[in-house]
Amino acid sequence: MSDPSANSQTDDLLAPTAGLSGGVRTASKHDSGPKHVAGEAVYIDDIIEPFGTLHLAPGAATIAHGKITKMDLSKVRSAPGVVCVLTADDIPGVNDVSPAHTHDEPVLPDGLVQFYGQPVFCVAAETRAQARAAAKLADIEYEELPAVLLVDEALEKQLFVAPPHVMKQGDAASALAKAKHRRSARMEIGGQDHFYLEGQITFAVPQEDGDVLLHCSTQHPSEVQHNIANVLGRPANAVTVEVRRMGGGFGGKETQASQWAALAAIVAVKTGRPAKFRLDRDDDMIMTGKRHDFIVDYDVGFDDDGRICGLDIQYAANCGFSADLSAAIADRAMFHTDNAYYLGDVEIRSYRCKTNLVSNTAFRGFGGPQGMVAIERIIDEIAMTVGRDPLDVRIANYYGTDDRNTTPYHMVVEDNVLGDLTDDILAASDYRKRRADVEAFNAQSPVLKKGLSLTPVKFGISFTTSFLNQAGALIHVYQDGSVHLNHGGTEMGQGLFIKVAQVVAEEFQIDLDQIKITATNTGKVPNTSATAASSGADMNGMAARDAAMTIKNRLITFAAEKYGVAEAAVRFVPGKVIIGDQAELSFADVIKQAYLARVSLSATGYYATPKIHYDRENASGRPFYYFAYGMACSEVLIDTLTGENKVTRVDIIHDVGRSLNPAIDRGQIEGGFIQGMGWLTTEELWWDDKGNLRTHAPSTYKIPACSDRPEDFRMELWSSGRNVEKTIHRSKAVGEPPLMLAISVHRAIADAIASVADHKVIPALNTPATPEAVLYAVADVAKRMMQNVGQSMPAAGE
Amino acid sequence: MTQHTDITMRADIRFLLGDEERSLRNIDPQMTVLDYLRLEERKSGTKEGCAEGDCGACTVIIGEPNGDGGMAYRTVNACIQFVPTLDGKQLLTVEHLKSKDGSLHPVQQAMVETHGSQCGFCTPGFVMSLYQLWLDGGEEDRGAINDALAGNLCRCTGYGPIIEAARNAGGVAANDTTEQKRRTDLATRLSDMVKDAGTLAVEHAAGRYYAPRTSDELAALLVAHPDATVLAGGTDVGLWVTKMLKRLDPIIYIGDVADLKSVSETETAVTIGAGVTYSRAHDALGRVAADVGELIRRIGSRQIRNAGTVGGNVANGSPIGDMPPALIALGAKIVLRMGDVTRDVPLEEFFVSYGKQDRMPGEFVQSVIVPKPALGMTFKAYKISKRFDQDITAVLGAFAIRIADGKVAEFRAAFGGMAGTPMRAKKCEAALIGQDWNEASLSAAQLALASDFAPMTDMRASKEYRMLVAQNLLTKLFIETSAPDVATRLVGKEAAHV
Repeated sequence: MSDPSANSQTDDLLAPTAGLSGGVRTASKHDSGPKHVAGEAVYIDDIIEPFGTLHLAPGAATIAHGKITKMDLSKVRSAPGVVCVLTADDIPGVNDVSPAHTHDEPVLPDGLVQFYGQPVFCVAAETRAQARAAAKLADIEYEELPAVLLVDEALEKQLFVAPPHVMKQGDAASALAKAKHRRSARMEIGGQDHFYLEGQITFAVPQEDGDVLLHCSTQHPSEVQHNIANVLGRPANAVTVEVRRMGGGFGGKETQASQWAALAAIVAVKTGRPAKFRLDRDDDMIMTGKRHDFIVDYDVGFDDDGRICGLDIQYAANCGFSADLSAAIADRAMFHTDNAYYLGDVEIRSYRCKTNLVSNTAFRGFGGPQGMVAIERIIDEIAMTVGRDPLDVRIANYYGTDDRNTTPYHMVVEDNVLGDLTDDILAASDYRKRRADVEAFNAQSPVLKKGLSLTPVKFGISFTTSFLNQAGALIHVYQDGSVHLNHGGTEMGQGLFIKVAQVVAEEFQIDLDQIKITATNTGKVPNTSATAASSGADMNGMAARDAAMTIKNRLITFAAEKYGVAEAAVRFVPGKVIIGDQAELSFADVIKQAYLARVSLSATGYYATPKIHYDRENASGRPFYYFAYGMACSEVLIDTLTGENKVTRVDIIHDVGRSLNPAIDRGQIEGGFIQGMGWLTTEELWWDDKGNLRTHAPSTYKIPACSDRPEDFRMELWSSGRNVEKTIHRSKAVGEPPLMLAISVHRAIADAIASVADHKVIPALNTPATPEAVLYAVADVAKRMMQNVGQSMPAAGE
Repeated sequence: MTQHTDITMRADIRFLLGDEERSLRNIDPQMTVLDYLRLEERKSGTKEGCAEGDCGACTVIIGEPNGDGGMAYRTVNACIQFVPTLDGKQLLTVEHLKSKDGSLHPVQQAMVETHGSQCGFCTPGFVMSLYQLWLDGGEEDRGAINDALAGNLCRCTGYGPIIEAARNAGGVAANDTTEQKRRTDLATRLSDMVKDAGTLAVEHAAGRYYAPRTSDELAALLVAHPDATVLAGGTDVGLWVTKMLKRLDPIIYIGDVADLKSVSETETAVTIGAGVTYSRAHDALGRVAADVGELIRRIGSRQIRNAGTVGGNVANGSPIGDMPPALIALGAKIVLRMGDVTRDVPLEEFFVSYGKQDRMPGEFVQSVIVPKPALGMTFKAYKISKRFDQDITAVLGAFAIRIADGKVAEFRAAFGGMAGTPMRAKKCEAALIGQDWNEASLSAAQLALASDFAPMTDMRASKEYRMLVAQNLLTKLFIETSAPDVATRLVGKEAAHV
């Protein structure tokens, strides 16, 4: 009875439960909304500091690679307000915070600098200003070593943070040899800074016995707990991590919190004083990882219709100096090489390149976007080569339902909704007519050119590291019927807490305001996975429902026994419990009676995602429980004299299954799209030839601003959406997939560029499509058009 | 303070925090308003997102008497404003907005209703920008909302719900007499707070700060302290403190100098006092030429333009400052003063080389005189950056051109981002003047431009792109002046063919 995967009958409904305030399928407002707007939501830097709180600041290396030959910190130590200075020698336990236990990420390096800006020491002072000032006073000398800053160089030198990996189906080489058409090219894909508005921060409060309580802005409290215990040389139970909310995460706080947490914890334990480490924005951007930039080389074979018959593709991911999560991220790029397309005979190779740059990390999509943006460019190039509308080539390559339905990792796509979704987006966007309109516009506009593109998203849901797909929850019901809800998921703005609370409200059939949402805490729910991989609501919702069902089942047993009715006759309806024909009690009254009858009103809940299995060695299995789908049609305008570009209209239909909360889901879709648009257009990371990141603040790193939101933005949750798998109320994960809807923007820009040569020359557009990149692509296309006059087939742009 | 015996000085900074009076003594004059709020007042609603005035999480509102019996309100970034600049003003933060009964203000309620917050960290800053719109009567136009929110970054929502909240929130009614009386009373209260109280002079162990009230006081102070840092809007100087951790001593603030705050306009020129913010100068400069107005619309953000001054943008000598190339193309002059002596300098001569201007120690920029284009003269300016709003320019091209009988009679071209200073492209100009305005002369001018400049590669653009786009801007000028039906602009379309 308490099996949460045995969905109740109400799971498939579209409408919220009548008479219940804030159950599932309700557009409940974000629980913190009224606090956010009043400045009353407490972030870690807002927690009132106890007397004596110390503040930390990092001391950074000024070379990309080399040995520290001298580190004189005497001026740092004697600076005003300085209480202690930490170096590698001051790490009491293991000097490593690598998330995958690769032992390649020192808290502070022991003599070897591996990227420009790497923290090499750390200061704690009475005030933050004093700590920052003192950190500038170090006298450090280095013996520089050759720095590898480019992926190609790392690849050539075979410098990797993890072994290369191959995924294949059939025989790509012979399929390519037999192909009617063949095209090979290279694509460069840029990285992305998370630019969460709240930077990395940990506030460490010493406890008795040398224990420590960490208020940490992290998506992964359990990992911080375990890492910091190791760093302190203490068991995990000596460290408690709590996080009420983050000011944004996007993957940037999945592993990147540990280093700062470790240093704050060491200072707290060492001095017996609370210690806060809040990174300045510039330090945050210089010292923490980003989305991986990739170089993709491909060779694709296809027929006259543009149908792919063979693909050989190679990814080189810029991982930075350490492994971090790069292996799994590079894997996910491979898993999304197909996006929505059946690739037939395919070989995918992936290299995880080690460079002397900050170690790249998780970012919304986790490698998936890089895989998808490559295949979408490939599809467009095929379409130009065979002279078909790119959308028709996309449709021709879609996965089939009965055949052509196995992925390169041999999973059968069982929940394909591509055809129906395409019908709906075609109607909503009026794509065919607008294609003609765009051509008409371009014919009469010499400077400004329009582009249009419609791209699908199919994104695999589950951690591809199978054991991570587990979650826990803890629910207490107090004697007055009020509910305390806790689970292992963290709130970074995505609305996880409200969704899970809605699940519990639905289960107990009580109003949402009776449920207290509480901070994630490793002391309440242990051994959790990161809130990542879009899995938050899927897994924590199920775990919380499991806990609620445990309590509910105890109440049913109790009530049936007490009132002498069958258990089946005890029903929870909005606000009350109907006990056969014997009684109709409020939820609070049932709770009161159960308490007096000595029924436990507290329960843990647990969930492990079913069906998934994956043999990584052979790159084969079912790594994903299901797929999330969506489609977007973007129209852009570019300026062929300057390369400036602007998205003028977007239509989106996205499949969230049966939405747990349509308002929250819409927020994820729109926000994800705009974030993806930024990645592909204005957000450019730029390092100088010394490996020094020069786009380390919002003045130089440009995320989308208000006016970048397309004037005409139309978005629908797919009305036919339903998860064929028994997920929480048949919903689908929504955190990451919408980011990749923005690939339509990049493709529309390429379409506009191609119009300069009447779509006869393939533009070599990389990402991000900055004005500079677009202008070069325009100039290149125009030049090659001139060269190609008289030739039959356009050459590939490299 | 013996060196300033002719000036009455006062040591306490007086302002209103919400409705409560503050009188601060012994405070480090370069403490930011943000640190003051969070660390001293323990009001943590205002957030630090970047500490450089680019994200808007720290947005607060400054209110001050508008000189006409009412109040003028403006949003600023608390992270780069120094506390003494609050003197005589009202500081409003997100904590000010809720009613006494605990109910949310309409702009807050609108944000909740539209699901306008996700992680919530940028939200207080957005709420303050929306509150400013509300104080100004409300706004429904998307373009105006974009401009009001350009300085507030949100990484979660994609802005849609926030735009909707702005439209839904409404605003103060023009005929709301209760509100008018409140503002009148407040203006009087603020004026009385500092009236006859003398010039603010903070002399703290960490550094000194003077806020003269007249140009004569300013001139005297600068003669006495020729090494002083002159502070206006703080949109550049603020970063010297928050990012470079510099100690500035002394600081001389010109924002309270009444006679540097005037904008005067004649038929032939607009004169902007050095203490005039971009926001206040916007209308008058927009009348000089539509593209000057469009350019100002894209300088920084609302918060930056509410603090930053035209004079400061000139005086700091940035090679990429947006205004100087336009001013040079227009033939603007600046008036410099030291002691009792003033002199005029054509702006193009003021910029000597990278980081060096023709300003002597003890001298200050008093005003900028911007001539209006003569009859028949067309002015165009193009700002190229990665992002349209609130981005530092990669290349800025500004052109004043007069075509007569199909020939280029006059032509001034100035560029930013192409050299160590904003600079005229004299070879390019020479290649065009006297020539037919056609594609051949355009090509010649583009070729000449390549010998005017040797731009640099940096994070904003490569040297190759800078040159290519600068040359293409000449093409754009040509098209806009010769083929008015051709669409040439993604933004600022209104300014394209006027």
